[in-house]
Amino acid sequence: MVEWTDFERETIKSIFGKLDYDEVGLAALCRCLVVYPWTQRYFGNFGNLYNADAINANPMVAAHGKVVLNGLDKAVKNMDNIKGTYAELSVLHSEKLRVDPDNFRLLADCLTIVVAARMGADFTAEVQAAFQKFLAVVVSSLCRQYY
Amino acid sequence: MSLSANDKANVTAIWKKILPKSDDIGDQALSRMLTVYPQTKTYFAHFADLSPGSPQVRKHGDIIMNKIDDCVNHMDDLFPYLSGLSDLHATKLRIDPANFKILAHNLLVVVAAYLPNDFTPEVHLSVDKFLQQVALALAEKYR
Repeated sequence: MVEWTDFERETIKSIFGKLDYDEVGLAALCRCLVVYPWTQRYFGNFGNLYNADAINANPMVAAHGKVVLNGLDKAVKNMDNIKGTYAELSVLHSEKLRVDPDNFRLLADCLTIVVAARMGADFTAEVQAAFQKFLAVVVSSLCRQYY
Repeated sequence: MSLSANDKANVTAIWKKILPKSDDIGDQALSRMLTVYPQTKTYFAHFADLSPGSPQVRKHGDIIMNKIDDCVNHMDDLFPYLSGLSDLHATKLRIDPANFKILAHNLLVVVAAYLPNDFTPEVHLSVDKFLQQVALALAEKYR
């Protein structure tokens, strides 16, 4: 059972409350596909991922970024049971999508950087620690059903 | 994952904007690493004060960042340039190379916070590759 301090709970709710899920979802997924191009292996049917501009303009990338952020929203609303909240999603990612779990970490790092870029000085070390702890719990929960 | 001409151009360009704030960025990156990844504090047991912004942490952030700044001018000969530092890290400091990745991540976060409009995905890619090369060069003499 993950222990959250009041500061961590407030920080997570505050950050996600201010994010435009459409915009940030696209930015984070686009960054992941550009910075770690091997992640494109999971998006063979997305069409044009030829360069950064194409990825950024690709409507399927935008749609999927939105799916990911809305998925994260479930964890924000269920911080005391992220493991349970993601049980089915974990099975989906391991059995059906067969995503190497290391990719979750890569996407989490990209999301951290996108949020840092938007928050600037407000993204203090303590805020970063809370945000990365939250993402680490999410990633761990997504990895749980892999065997 | 070696550096292309485009990578080198991207790194050189963004470093012109990083240099004026280099001390702050270095200090921030190190402080963040110690806060967000507390296991890294194990390497600084000899520091009296590990709180963010402490004089020792600031000074050490400066030392590291100044060297990384220098590496930007040595992208074509990183391995020979860092040979001595690699010896130091391998034989005396013996920092697990996984930590270079951790510091690199925190440096990227700080650069993103300071220069959001310049730190595009393409630039992020080039800087990430550059820092990875620096880390490789530093780990060269480990075994």
